[in-house]
Amino acid sequence: MKSKITLAFDICKKEKRPALITYTVAGDNTKNNSLKILNELSKHADILELGFAHNTPIADGGQIQGSSHRALKNGIKLKDVFQIVKKFKKINPHKPIILMGYFNLIFQNGENNFLKSCKSSGVDGLIIVDLPYPENKKFANKCKRKSINFIQLLSPTTSKDRMKKIIKDSHDMIYYISMLSTTGGKLKVSPKKILHNYNAIKRINPKKNLVIGFGITDKTISSLKSANGLVVGSMLCKTITESLKMRQNPVTKLGKVVYNLKSKII
Amino acid sequence: MSLKIKRNIPLIDQHDKNFMYGGKFGGNFIPETLKKPIDDLTKLFTKLRKDKKFLNERDYHFKNYVGAPTPFIKLENLTDHLGGAQIYAKVVSEANGGAHKIYNATVHCLIAKKAGKKYIVGDTGAGYAGKMLSMAAKKFDLKCKIFMGAKDIKRQRPNVEAMKKNGAKIVPVTTGSQTLVDAVSECMRYWVSNCDTTHMCVGSTVGPNIFIKICAWSTAQISRELIKQVYEEFGRVPNKLKLINCVGGGSSAAGFWNEFINTKAQLIGVEAGGPNNSTLHAAPLTNGSKIGILHGAAQYVIQDKEGQIGSTESISAGLDYPGISPLHCFLKDTKRARYTSASDEEALEAYQLVSKLENISPSLEPSHAFAEAIKLAPKLNSSEVIVVNSCGDSLKDKDIIKQKLGSYIR
Ligand SMILES: Cc1ncc(COP(=O)(O)O)c(C=O)c1O
Repeated sequence: MKSKITLAFDICKKEKRPALITYTVAGDNTKNNSLKILNELSKHADILELGFAHNTPIADGGQIQGSSHRALKNGIKLKDVFQIVKKFKKINPHKPIILMGYFNLIFQNGENNFLKSCKSSGVDGLIIVDLPYPENKKFANKCKRKSINFIQLLSPTTSKDRMKKIIKDSHDMIYYISMLSTTGGKLKVSPKKILHNYNAIKRINPKKNLVIGFGITDKTISSLKSANGLVVGSMLCKTITESLKMRQNPVTKLGKVVYNLKSKII
Repeated sequence: MSLKIKRNIPLIDQHDKNFMYGGKFGGNFIPETLKKPIDDLTKLFTKLRKDKKFLNERDYHFKNYVGAPTPFIKLENLTDHLGGAQIYAKVVSEANGGAHKIYNATVHCLIAKKAGKKYIVGDTGAGYAGKMLSMAAKKFDLKCKIFMGAKDIKRQRPNVEAMKKNGAKIVPVTTGSQTLVDAVSECMRYWVSNCDTTHMCVGSTVGPNIFIKICAWSTAQISRELIKQVYEEFGRVPNKLKLINCVGGGSSAAGFWNEFINTKAQLIGVEAGGPNNSTLHAAPLTNGSKIGILHGAAQYVIQDKEGQIGSTESISAGLDYPGISPLHCFLKDTKRARYTSASDEEALEAYQLVSKLENISPSLEPSHAFAEAIKLAPKLNSSEVIVVNSCGDSLKDKDIIKQKLGSYIR
């Protein structure tokens, strides 16, 4: 049986466009709003990444740190994250959700326990920022057995040899980090260069769905639209920050932003 | 299952193929982007530590730049005052710059040069790691950036001034608790974005495995000197010799103990217990914190049930860190070392007593170690020997001490 993630990519390919993948942090700016935000985003986005906040992130830029900070201040716990997913899935059973975060939260929760909650709430995939290959092999296999996608990351520093191994062990989706940066950095590499690297990775296994993330905003998204998928995160976190500052409703504001992003890649 | 130290293998090399000590401490929990820079650094260091020319270079700079050996002295007055064990100090604060952080900083600069890097970045808490890195960077002609918590910038002014004088750019870190833990995070984030041009120095025996190794390999100079000095003084390693060291990240303790791992010496680490009336502390080993992942390594770390890293409190900026080196987790679980803590108040009292009686004046970090020595000595026989690593000078803590005790003596 095809995973919901694969099905989402299949639809996009049929429509000859990249999948739009959004990233927001669970509990930002409140638990309730976070669910409303997912519902709003899902009108235009194909796959939703949902961050579970950690207070000592080693790879997040300022925008996502800000979102995580708000979520933690609101007292967000893993069980709330799963609640949000569960409620979302009740309304949108086919929309894939990928949880993203740092390994210590899973470690403390217990790997099996965590995966059980993923399963029962309807999580489709996981991105664990600080559990690289091959250290992630055991956990990735556990995910596979539960039909949860473990999403491997590749970066501009990943050697070709290593890429081959990672791709061979990957599931339905692979994430290419566009540049040397934490999240939310300015795109400091030309889209041409990014696509050049992207195509080199695709050639290793053209069947794998490869998405690009880091530094993607409404300004840069259209130049990368030949990819299988594009992730926008910091721009959305920033939108929340700014609408809070201006006392606007972040939900409607985000709706407009995602609509605009989508319009640039179709 | 009880853990064992393998004989004839250096402490830093006791890990398995996943870079885990005792199968559960350490490792490399890092973003994909850092895999290659860390692999490259690991390969380079593996080569350099076997390279005679590099070792000569290191020894040359340790001798002529850092100043080796640092003094080993008997604290006659303190010994008389306490009326028990004989108390000695290894005065590492006599090293260039005033603390043991100079060893790691010097070695990192040498490695950065070999790697062809022009920029070096580092974290700092007490400001010593930053001060030393800025000094060494200046000497070896590297551009230097130091990440430091905004709270620490305020409480460790003298070291901040020194960094500025050495031409380093200080980046104040205003996230989280604005202390060392946040400085290390921010420094790592910076490295993720700049690892192609920049070398990173982690200021203690924490972080991804290679940084633990380089740091402990560098500070091991302390015990290479000490074991010779001990033989000169006593003709042997005295029975029940106690080596007492404060532990923040654990770099001074690892270096102070390294050459004694295979002797009968007793190794005692002293963590920061925090203020007497506070529930906060920075003593994960003493207080039985659970294993978690912090800054790329599994270790005992202060955290809540969810895995969020916990707040710490200590009068000593250098010890104010929620985690602890995987090396020390390993030494604890193998029972090779014993760990305890001293409170802010005990450290202040120890600072005061030592500074009053002796010609040395330990900073608040080693004052934690002296506090334990002061507790232990009266209970011991005069034939027993305690050595304390006096790894920092109180000058940097002048403001805090004045505020807490009303006056500052040195
Ligand atoms: C003088 C001094 N001692 C001890 C420490 C604690 O670090 P470590 O445990 O790595 O020696 C510091 C850290 O800044 C320090 O400055």
